[in-house]
Amino acid sequence: MIEYLSSREFLILFAKMIAIFGGVMGALAYTTLLERRVMAFVQMRPGPNRVGPFGLLQPLADGLKFLFKEQVVPTNANVLLYYAAPVISLIPALLSFSVIPFGPDLKIADISVSLLLIFAITSLGVYGIVLGGWASNSKYPLMGAMRSSAQMLSYELSLTLSVVGVLMISNTLSLSSLVQSQQGTWFGFIPRWNIFLQPIGFLVYVLSGIAETNRLPFDLAESEQELVAGWHTEYSGMKFAMFFLAEYANMVTVSALATIMFLGGWNGPVGGPWWLQMALPTFWFLLKIGGFLFFYILVRATIPRIRYDQLMYIGWKILLPIALANILVTSFLVAVL
Amino acid sequence: MIEILFLLFAAIALGAAINVLAQRHVLYSSLSLIVLLTAISGLFILMQAEFLAVINVIVYAGAIMVLFVFVIMLLNLPADEDGEDRLRWLKLIGIPMGLFLLFMVVRTVWDVDAAPSAPELAGTPQAVGASLFTDYVLPFELTSLLILIALMGAVVFAKKDM
Repeated sequence: MIEYLSSREFLILFAKMIAIFGGVMGALAYTTLLERRVMAFVQMRPGPNRVGPFGLLQPLADGLKFLFKEQVVPTNANVLLYYAAPVISLIPALLSFSVIPFGPDLKIADISVSLLLIFAITSLGVYGIVLGGWASNSKYPLMGAMRSSAQMLSYELSLTLSVVGVLMISNTLSLSSLVQSQQGTWFGFIPRWNIFLQPIGFLVYVLSGIAETNRLPFDLAESEQELVAGWHTEYSGMKFAMFFLAEYANMVTVSALATIMFLGGWNGPVGGPWWLQMALPTFWFLLKIGGFLFFYILVRATIPRIRYDQLMYIGWKILLPIALANILVTSFLVAVL
Repeated sequence: MIEILFLLFAAIALGAAINVLAQRHVLYSSLSLIVLLTAISGLFILMQAEFLAVINVIVYAGAIMVLFVFVIMLLNLPADEDGEDRLRWLKLIGIPMGLFLLFMVVRTVWDVDAAPSAPELAGTPQAVGASLFTDYVLPFELTSLLILIALMGAVVFAKKDM
């Protein structure tokens, strides 16, 4: 049923929106710095450390540079779609944060099919990549876009199927209920997280999640050595920054979903005074997401890119059958137990 | 509020639908189709069928239309050009046929007195799943069989030397 908000509730909702949107944008900016610093650490070089203490102001400098870059449009590009593509990429990526619960109360919307909504929204993000590659009127972006659309379609299947096991166990499609179903512990010390019940589903989810976000070792869509920079070769300045932000936002979304579905979301030890009890769940949630992002970056720094036929092989002949088998076994166990 | 949203989504859907037909370039047509599908999902949400709305976006806008766009880009089709009109006779037949269809649709809608309101919570995943696996299990299974046959046919066509 449609409920109407009182003005006080509306103000609280508005404050939450601003807090989450601002927090997410700031976190995305600093994820780029984290990525560069961690990559540099792995490769035994200092990384960006000149702007501000420990390079902490580097994201601001990057943003300024993006703003002041010259706007270049390739000749014979499809101007309308060329400008629209970064926006089409960024909006779905940010929109999915509207249903992610950052804490028991820190969420914008709590709807019954929020998990499916996130899958629906993120599945629209591929159009930004595809149209960006096509509208640039250049061969490398087009090849990157083609690769990307085939890759996203293939891995979306195993990504969606890998979470079915979790859904069967917890009997809900709402992200908040998913987190609540993982409260408590087994035997007093093992947290009731779904990762212990669905380890295979978790592995398939993480692998497909990396592929869905076009990250190494599955970044065939932009693979620098073959395609210059893939679908965003012809983009620069703020338009490139929007693609860049969208990629990081998608990374955070995939990590947040993994945390919510497999790692217990905001569950964790809570205690102390009331303000600490308010803040701790969000802290645990952000800590788990941060761990995921760190893992993402380490994977990028250590594992080389695979070939395109290997990518398709892994997606269709390994991950998809494993995800299907996982569903079969889980549904059998759920029915029996 | 709901009326305003309904009018908004309906206007977007109608505009996109007309644009699908009016555009000369296939890619613009298929992009309009995506807008149309998304707007229809908005209408579904207004009817409290949130599961249907989300699945509509996932399956049609997010998967099938990606394939459409993929193929259009792969073939790199040029915009439609004015050539010899080979469908002249079909046009003459098509206009009365279309008018007849419109007449039938309008008459059917006119005859329905009041829209029978769907039962409460009919659009939730639980309700959809329950009705699919009880009342409509035979059509559901037959449809999936049909899709499987079509899939296998596509594989046979694609692999000429089996």
